[in-house]
Amino acid sequence: MLKQSLDLKKLAALAPQFRREILETLEIAGSGHPGGSLSGVEIMLALYGHAMRYDPKNPGWEERDRLIVSKGHATPLVYVTLSNFGYFPKEELKTFRKFGSRLQGHVHTKAPGVEFNTGSLGHGLSFANGVALGAKIRGKNFKVYCLLGDGENQEGSVWEAAMSAAHHKLDNLCAIIDYNKVQENGPTNEIKNLEPLAKKWESFGWHVFEVDGHNIKELVSAFDELKNIQGKPTVIIAHTVKGKGVSFMEGKSNWHGKAPNKEQLAQALAELK
Amino acid sequence: MELKPIPTRDGFGEELVALGKTNPDIVVLSGDLEDATRTEHFKKEFPERFFNLGIAEQDVIGTAAGLSTQGFIPFATSFAVFMTNRAYDMIRLDICYNNTNVKLVCSHGGVTVGEDGASAQCLEDFAIMRVLPNMRVICPMDYLEAKKATRAITNTTGPFYMRTSRAPLPVLTKESDPFEIGKANVMRKGTDATVIACGVMVAEALAAAEKLKTEGIELKVVNMHTIKPIDVRAIMDSVKETGAIVTAEEHQIYGGLGSAVAEVVAQHYPCPLEMVAVKDSFGESGTPAQLLAHYGLKDVNIIEAVKKVVKRKHA
Repeated sequence: MLKQSLDLKKLAALAPQFRREILETLEIAGSGHPGGSLSGVEIMLALYGHAMRYDPKNPGWEERDRLIVSKGHATPLVYVTLSNFGYFPKEELKTFRKFGSRLQGHVHTKAPGVEFNTGSLGHGLSFANGVALGAKIRGKNFKVYCLLGDGENQEGSVWEAAMSAAHHKLDNLCAIIDYNKVQENGPTNEIKNLEPLAKKWESFGWHVFEVDGHNIKELVSAFDELKNIQGKPTVIIAHTVKGKGVSFMEGKSNWHGKAPNKEQLAQALAELK
Repeated sequence: MELKPIPTRDGFGEELVALGKTNPDIVVLSGDLEDATRTEHFKKEFPERFFNLGIAEQDVIGTAAGLSTQGFIPFATSFAVFMTNRAYDMIRLDICYNNTNVKLVCSHGGVTVGEDGASAQCLEDFAIMRVLPNMRVICPMDYLEAKKATRAITNTTGPFYMRTSRAPLPVLTKESDPFEIGKANVMRKGTDATVIACGVMVAEALAAAEKLKTEGIELKVVNMHTIKPIDVRAIMDSVKETGAIVTAEEHQIYGGLGSAVAEVVAQHYPCPLEMVAVKDSFGESGTPAQLLAHYGLKDVNIIEAVKKVVKRKHA
C-alpha cells in the first residue's frame, strides 16, 4: 500500500524528464503519439505523485485507486509514468510497440498498472462508471479516475456515460479531460466545436473544475477538493498545450501521431533541459 | 407435464431470478427494454442489482464490463439488433478484447419478431458475434433449454452472446435432457441426411423428419444450440453416418450456423451440404408464421433441401 505524496516542486521538476523519456521512447519505436502524450504529463504527475493510492509491487491490490485511460493512444505518457513510479523497469520502454512487448501501441493490461485495454475512443468513461458503480455496491472506498482526450468528447458514447454517472451519483469517479485543443486533423474547435465545454458537463450534472493542466499546484488542489464533492461525479477540464515543451510540436496537429526522428529528438531534448 | 409453446425469453427471464436468489454477484443491465427481454422479473425481485441505463446500448456494454471487474456477473440485455449492431465496437473492445465476464442476452432474434418489421428483426447476430475472439454464441431451441443455457453461461467465466425469441416456441426438450455448452444434442436418429439446426428451426426440422419418414427418408436432426464453439465432433459424426448435411437457422445465409457447419465440413470431410436460411434480405412486417413461410424457413423448405442434398449424395 502506498500513497506517494511528493513535494510539489519535486513533481514539477520531473516534467521535463518525463517529456524527454516520452520522446526517446517514441524515437526508438519509430511510431506513436507524441502530441497528446506531452500534453498530459503534469496530469499524470499529479495523479501518481499525489492523488492516487496504489502499490506498484502489487498492481492488483484491491483497494487501489484506478486510472482508466480512455485516450488509449497516449501510451508513451502512460508507460513512462508507470515505469517512473515503479511498475516496471525503464529499460522496457525500449520495447514499446515492438513484437512480443508488454507495451502495446495502445494501452493494454499486459503492462502492469494498466486497468483496461483501449485505443478506440469513447470507451473509457462507461467502463469507469461500471467500476465506480461496482465499488459503491461493494462498499469499497477507492477512487476511479478516467483520462479523456478533448477530441474524444465528439464521441456520443462519452455523453451516454456522462448522463449515467450523474444519474447514479458516482462521486467516487473523477474524469480528467486533457483539453489540448488539437486533434488529428486540426484544431479541435474548428473541426467540431466543444464549447462551451464546462457548461456542457455542468448541465449533465457534473461538478466541474477548470485548471491550467500544466500547473501541478492547480491540478493537485482540484484533486484534493474531490473529497468535498458529494452526490455527483467530478470532471477536471485541464487546459493544456498539445506537444507541450517542444517548440516545433506545440499546437501542431501533424505531431498527433508520428514519432520524431533522431535530429528532431536531439532538438527536442535540447529544449527540454 | 406438457408445456404449451412459450418464448425462450421467458425461460431466460425466469431462470435469471432463480439464479439471482443464490448468486448475489448477478447484476442486470437494461437499455430500457426489461419488459421485452423479460429481465423485469429480476428487476422486481432484486431492484438493487438492476440498472436501466436508458436507451444507451454502448453505455450498457461499457458499464457491464466495468462492473465485472468488481466480481459481478453482469447480464447486458436489449433487443438483439440494438445490442449486437449498435454497440458492436463496445462488444468487441470492452467485452471481447478485454475478455470481461459479461453475458449478453438479447431477445428479438430473427423474423419471428413479427409485426415490428425489419428494423427490429436481427438476422446477422450469429455472424457478427461468432467472428469475435473470446465470444461464445448460443441460441436455445425452447423454454427449457433457455433455462439451462442461462444457468450454464452464468457458471462459465467469460463472454457469451445468447439469442432468445419473442415468439412462443414449442417445448420439445425435457427437464432431464443434458445441456452442455459446445455439445450438440441429437434430437432424432436417421441415416439418409442430417439437419443441423438451432432455435425455432429445430422444431421445423423435426416436423420435416416426420413427413419425410412417410416417403422412406430417415432424417437425423441435431440441435446445435451452441454456434460457437461449434461441436466439430457432432458434425463429423453426422457426415460419417448420413453423408449429407442440411443446415437450418433463422438468420442470414451468410456467416451464421450454416457457414460455421460448412467451415467444418469443408475442412475435415467434404460432403454435399445445403443451407436453409434468409437469403441475403431484410425482413418485413407480418405474423411470425407468415414470415417464416415467406423467407423459406418452414419444414417444407427443409424437406426440399433434404431431397436436393440426398440426390447430390447419390449423384
